[in-house]
Amino acid sequence: MGNGTHLGKVRGLGSSGHGSQHWLQQRLTALGNILLVGFLFVSLMRLPLTDHGAVLRWASNPSVALALILMVVSVFWHLRLGLTVLIEDYVNGEATRLLALVLLNFYAIGGAAYGIFAIVRIAFAPATGLAPGGM
Amino acid sequence: MAGNEPSARPRSPHMQVYKWGPHMAVSILHRVSGDGLAIVGAGMFLWWLGALAAGPDAYAAFVACVWHDPSPEISTLHQVTNILGKVVLIGLTWAFFQHLFSGLRHFVLDTGAGYELKTNKLWSTLVMVGAVLATAATWLYIFKEALNG
Repeated sequence: MGNGTHLGKVRGLGSSGHGSQHWLQQRLTALGNILLVGFLFVSLMRLPLTDHGAVLRWASNPSVALALILMVVSVFWHLRLGLTVLIEDYVNGEATRLLALVLLNFYAIGGAAYGIFAIVRIAFAPATGLAPGGM
Repeated sequence: MAGNEPSARPRSPHMQVYKWGPHMAVSILHRVSGDGLAIVGAGMFLWWLGALAAGPDAYAAFVACVWHDPSPEISTLHQVTNILGKVVLIGLTWAFFQHLFSGLRHFVLDTGAGYELKTNKLWSTLVMVGAVLATAATWLYIFKEALNG
């Protein structure tokens, strides 16, 4: 059309001021979730879940622990984006909305930190065969 | 001036004026399942992970609350939570498949494909049917395994 918005102006900046960042991050973490939560789902289906020792041996495997940490990052990042939109859509009033967004960030960052810390604890614990119940 | 008098100008049409269809259902279910997973699902996952890290006793307490309390004198509380736990887990399984399939649909829509009325209706319906079928298959497998083992 010739008189449209200049590409340089919109790249990274839309009317919201932060362009397509939210949209893109939502898609990227969605891709991560497909792989990583898919891995968790298959693992949960195959594990004897009531057996603490067996689940612990699985989770303390370095590759599994790494995948679980990546999953926590991807999932909590993705849910933070999703719940942000929920709050922006349904919570009215500037103060309540701000409070809800603050609480959401506490939940997303705190939850991710809790999850990663638990995985690290499991992965770096002494070999389970040597110390049953020794955590 | 504009905005001062109650005008007869048409207002933006809202949800109520549209005939309800599968594309609308799948849209709101994407949000419902996503928020359910974000709050209940992530919460359950962290609870499980924390119990796993805390040791065999904490893990046994988690299993006794959410899944099955093997104690002969099982408390009324655990009788309730053993059922509630399975209901929540079945709900989360459905939310997982609904959000996954619906999310895959969104990836297709992102390419600009699938907006034709019939195609859109077909895939919206398939997402919802697929999620219910996958949930049923998952839990038939789980209960079958539980009965055998």
